[in-house]
Amino acid sequence: MTRRSAVLHLALLAGGIAAPFVFPAHAVQFAVFWIMVLFALTWDTMGGQMGYNSLGNILFFGLGMYICALTQIGMVYDIAQYTAANGAIRVDFTDRQYFVGLALGVVLAALGALIAAALLSWVLFGLRGPYFAIGTLGAAIAAAELTNAWEYVGGGSGIAMPVFPGAPGMRERFFYAACMAGAAACYLFLRWLYGTRFGLAINAIRDDEDKAEALGLRTGRYKTVAWSISAFFLGIAGALFGNMTGFIEPLETAYPTLTFGIFMVAMALIGGKGTLWGPIIGATLFYTLREVTWTYLLGWQYIALGVLIIVNVVYFRQGVLGWLRERRPAWFA
Amino acid sequence: MWDSLALLGAAPILNVQLWLNGLSVGAIFALVAYGLALVWGVTSVKNLAQGDLVMMGGYLGYLLAEHGIHPLAALVPVAALMFAFGWVLYRLVIRRVIQLDLFTSLLATFGLAITIQQSLNLVFGPEVRTVQSGFGRLEMFGGMVDITEIRLIAFGLCIVLAAALVLFMKRSRIGQAIRATAQDARAARVLGVDTDRVYALAFSINAAICGAAGVLIATVWVIQPFYGIAYSVRAFVIVTAAGLGNLPGVILAALGLGVAEQYSGFVLGAQFQQATVVGLLLAILIWRQLALMRDRRVLQ
Amino acid sequence: MSAALIEVRGLTKAFGGVVANRNVSLSVAPGTITGLIGPNGSGKTTLFSSIVGQHPIDAGSIRFEGREISRLSVQEIARLGVLRTFQQTRVFSKMDCVRNMLIAAPHRHSGWRDMFRRDPRERVEKAERLLELVGLRAKRWEAAGSLSFGQQKLLELAMALMNEPKILLLDEPTAGINPTLINGLIGCLERANREFGITLFVIEHNMRVIMSLAQRIYCMSRGELLASGTPAQIRDDPRVIDAYLGVH
Repeated sequence: MTRRSAVLHLALLAGGIAAPFVFPAHAVQFAVFWIMVLFALTWDTMGGQMGYNSLGNILFFGLGMYICALTQIGMVYDIAQYTAANGAIRVDFTDRQYFVGLALGVVLAALGALIAAALLSWVLFGLRGPYFAIGTLGAAIAAAELTNAWEYVGGGSGIAMPVFPGAPGMRERFFYAACMAGAAACYLFLRWLYGTRFGLAINAIRDDEDKAEALGLRTGRYKTVAWSISAFFLGIAGALFGNMTGFIEPLETAYPTLTFGIFMVAMALIGGKGTLWGPIIGATLFYTLREVTWTYLLGWQYIALGVLIIVNVVYFRQGVLGWLRERRPAWFA
Repeated sequence: MWDSLALLGAAPILNVQLWLNGLSVGAIFALVAYGLALVWGVTSVKNLAQGDLVMMGGYLGYLLAEHGIHPLAALVPVAALMFAFGWVLYRLVIRRVIQLDLFTSLLATFGLAITIQQSLNLVFGPEVRTVQSGFGRLEMFGGMVDITEIRLIAFGLCIVLAAALVLFMKRSRIGQAIRATAQDARAARVLGVDTDRVYALAFSINAAICGAAGVLIATVWVIQPFYGIAYSVRAFVIVTAAGLGNLPGVILAALGLGVAEQYSGFVLGAQFQQATVVGLLLAILIWRQLALMRDRRVLQ
Repeated sequence: MSAALIEVRGLTKAFGGVVANRNVSLSVAPGTITGLIGPNGSGKTTLFSSIVGQHPIDAGSIRFEGREISRLSVQEIARLGVLRTFQQTRVFSKMDCVRNMLIAAPHRHSGWRDMFRRDPRERVEKAERLLELVGLRAKRWEAAGSLSFGQQKLLELAMALMNEPKILLLDEPTAGINPTLINGLIGCLERANREFGITLFVIEHNMRVIMSLAQRIYCMSRGELLASGTPAQIRDDPRVIDAYLGVH
């Protein structure tokens, strides 16, 4: 790592750690920012690096959310009773129960999402391009609808999450740390991964999958592993997010295909797909813009999102990083 | 679920009801699917905003109804307005993404979808709305089966519209130009066809079709800003199942889907209806892929 | 006599109503250079595509090292050591030449763990050596898409060599190449055959090239095998002359 790069990383790390202490009122927003980074990075692994643009990655987010919730609750209560009571049941988690449940929940969420991706790969990787996009979108919608209809996990009424034991300030900082750790882990892992043969292989699949196959590349294996990696981190994100919001339900919180699901794509594209920092820059710009305009553009923010996607796709396909590369090639030497 | 199935067996007349409802709504699906196939076949763009264009047409019909214009009379003006809107959309957005890869054009239409549905939400609010047609109900078989007269009228109108479209495509010069471009754009261009205009026409005709379908849906059922995606998904299921250029297939698949949905809603419950349709979409995509795999090709 | 490396028997392949290959039988002996000639539309490229598994065949059998491969996928056949180059070059245009070469490294023995390793030094050196062999060393860090057509062909050949195939099916390797570079290319092919022991099966329109390169030549016409023999025999075969000059 060059000296300039090391300094940059350290500065970000310091800033990241300090943020919730300097701006305690915004700690939750910052935590969600890290989730956005995770969204953009994991989407880009599939779409930017490998050329398989998924519109349904949110499926793993929601799956992780539910697996974690059910683990946390299931360890202490009978799930069916809990969900049927709809929050009327008195929930008492000891500190220990809470943290053990959360830890186990996150692990199971990650693994569950990974396994789901491996299975789904087998089904969906025969499709390419727009068909893959539509197929994944369909899968995510199906997951949302099926969860919505499944009474055991609360159906449309959702699940009330266990309450974090500890002072209110502690809660925000804890989840902020967890989200930042998740995003950092994802970044470091992908940074390493793209430097191995794996990175080269998925780029080859993106550039000319038929040629890659004609050279004997085991494309099926690489595709499945790539998606499983994305799913793994998305599962973690879902588990954490579910606990942060305190209440989860399928259509708007767990599987929001038309909001978070499409944010993933937008952020990676805005920043510059197919690069490591592009999605991060995109997430930063996008999320900052969104938070700033939320209060001023109430009612218009999603229209702005739609327009943003169109403008990006039509006029700005290279994204910020691509644009910078053209204007200041010296920075990238 | 088993109770519902048993009921269907015990009172066969219920099947008639399901079929009637299914066919009448399937006819509207067929129109929307035809429009999707038109744009897809001519420009290769898969329009994810299809359902939202339908909703927009529905809301336009609603607006006109608020001003005293009967929905059936609103069909033509709404279609015309939507045609113009489609033309504008083509010039502003679609034209620039047609040459790009298929995912990019899909994403552009997805952006359109979000813009349209959110705009509708902003203007009209999230409540479901419907338009009164002032027609009554028709009862048959001693009251066990009923159908609103507007459904029958809508069904008839769909047939008329579909026939008009087919005739237009086959007989008119514009229709021929469109079909020629769909077959081979480069050859068409060499022969002097203005392909850019053909693309614009295809997209605008589609928008007009969606508009008309939307008005019908507003009277036959309900409209809501976010219901669009349901129609988009159904149109995709139908076109993917029937294949492009297979109009009889599209009609059959659409009617079949309409009926299948009614049955799934009745037997499995309304909450599974959307899941069933999406499940069908996945099943059809996978089935098509398996069929291609025998030839060692892929769906792209 | 050593067994044929590739043995094609009774191969028939039709696309829609057009029969591209009808009852074609031929064999390629290991270590040799075999040529495939014939007028345009005689089904040569289709034959290659059938061999590498790009499409299923309608009838017949294709054996590689005695093993039936007509039902295998493109990937599997490539890993067995059967590679082909394309008439219109196919390279990974956004990557530089070296990375193109690294991707082309053989995959037949790579396991799950190999996916996550960095490319070892020896592999990079081998890539650079092969690029030097085809004369692309100076351009090795440039994006493959920025190379000229002829240079891309050379890159594709280098990539094929990197993959350590047992047999290489070359589809018109000299087409579109500057005549001054053709000799260099031929030299590379001969070296690949002599030093690396790679069997070559070459489609060619350039008669001078194929007659001097190949030890055995097959001639196809209108989907069928017309004649076969040594270059001298083929050159004087009236049927071959007819096929090229005659009225179809």
